[in-house]
Amino acid sequence: MADRLYVKNLNFCYGSFHALKNINVGFKDKTITALIGPSGCGKSTLLRCLNRMNDLIEGIKITGNIFLDEQDVLSKKTDLISLRKRVGMVFQRPNPFPLTIYENVSFGLEVHGVNNKAQIEHIVEKSLKDAWLWDDLKDKLSHPALSIPLDQQQRLCIARLLAVEPEVILMDEPCSSLDPISTMKIEELMFELKKKYSIVIVTHNMQQAARISQYSGFLLMGEMIEFDETSTIFTNPKNQKTQDYITGRFG
Amino acid sequence: MFVKDNMSTKDKLITCVIYTVAFSAISILLLITIFIFRKGAPLIFKIGIPNFIMNKTWAPLGSQYGIFSMIMGTIWITAGAMIIGIPLGVSCSIYLVEYAPLIIRKILKPIIELLAGIPSVVYGFIGVVMLAPFIRIHMGGPGLSVLAGSIILGIMILPTIVGISIDTLQAVPNSYREGALALGATKWQSIYKVVLPAARNGIIASIILGMGRAIGETMAVIMVTGNSANVPHSILDPVRTLTSNIALEMGYATGDHQQALFSTGIVLFIFIMIINTNHLLKIYFYYLLYLPLQFFVL
Repeated sequence: MADRLYVKNLNFCYGSFHALKNINVGFKDKTITALIGPSGCGKSTLLRCLNRMNDLIEGIKITGNIFLDEQDVLSKKTDLISLRKRVGMVFQRPNPFPLTIYENVSFGLEVHGVNNKAQIEHIVEKSLKDAWLWDDLKDKLSHPALSIPLDQQQRLCIARLLAVEPEVILMDEPCSSLDPISTMKIEELMFELKKKYSIVIVTHNMQQAARISQYSGFLLMGEMIEFDETSTIFTNPKNQKTQDYITGRFG
Repeated sequence: MFVKDNMSTKDKLITCVIYTVAFSAISILLLITIFIFRKGAPLIFKIGIPNFIMNKTWAPLGSQYGIFSMIMGTIWITAGAMIIGIPLGVSCSIYLVEYAPLIIRKILKPIIELLAGIPSVVYGFIGVVMLAPFIRIHMGGPGLSVLAGSIILGIMILPTIVGISIDTLQAVPNSYREGALALGATKWQSIYKVVLPAARNGIIASIILGMGRAIGETMAVIMVTGNSANVPHSILDPVRTLTSNIALEMGYATGDHQQALFSTGIVLFIFIMIINTNHLLKIYFYYLLYLPLQFFVL
């Protein structure tokens, strides 16, 4: 299966700090790829390159290419709005907008110019169902989104993303602020979503990477040390550093 | 345990002092209120509330004490100041927080806040020397007018609106902006649909504070509005506000006339009270300003 999204010779500098060094990696369609590594190794930076969220930071320098369906994401000509519609992101802390639950999900549709009220309603319902929230929230659609439990907030953020029908979903430690049971729910949801979307997840939690991903990449000090099928990475890593990290010798 | 006894005596003493200080602050306010009402209320009841509030004739020498023209004057001037001050102030703070590079924000914000430190008589002076002649020559009328007063006041309330709005906008978590952008919203969409609603209460509070300042301002208003006690019919007419009325005549008023000025104070007091019970005004502003804005912008 060909790579849907691939990164070629990516270098990323933040001021004088060389955060990503010559990264080459591909992400396959309808799979979950995990990026693991100790704090500050550049895994979140890499993830945020994929939908150009790093553009918000001043003083950065990126070289190399990222291709999505053979189009260069990093090109100056890239339309950020349609890119981010195709490559959505879930953040570390649930960040629903301070609006109602309904407005949170319909937000993406409205910014992309969907005006038909019936259509919006239909998509909101479908997205909430796909994020397994419909049964819990169907009577509370006009409640403020910040009033629901954290794990529901995080799934609401996922639902909000599903509404704009992205192709790739980037997840930046989506469970790090959740308890184990909520984490389990999100992971089950990811398994379901994998059937339709390609998912790239950054995680601190190696058990999580092992549980959910098919492919894993290990980053250290801005370098991609090893990228392979998750089972290989966790049972038979080729690199000594990977071996040390997954066995918990550092990090 | 034996220390606790010792501490609690000290604690009691401090609590007592703090209570005294707090209550004296409140009681001063209370005394002022009682004083104004005692001085002003008898006259209102003597001539009757409707006659006092709805009568257009203010002629202290002929014992005619109608403050309708002054109430209208205050409303016109305040509304004018709001029309000028809110769009300028809010858009200025949006620019400074969302668009301006950090360095520009750091330079401009203190400068705008410095505007608050300029004595109001200086604003009035600028109004008299530059604004009033400009209006007289280019737009007609005596120049000293509702328009001149509104412009000067609109500028005077900018520091209040900008200062608080900037703080509120800065307090909106960056994760909201990121979340909106990551869904493919444009910068303006993220500001308009997420950041502004999140900052709504703070921005409205800034507007209300600015409004309080506009109603209470006296010196600059006296200097640029012409002070004739007539109901204005256009923005080029001269006008007298409640505050100007008190300041202009208190110096020489005696008897009923002096009481009538205190009565004017009561009305002013009620105005300010209404504004500061801002729960009502929040709703009011939401429907009057924010919702129509939505239709205009989208």
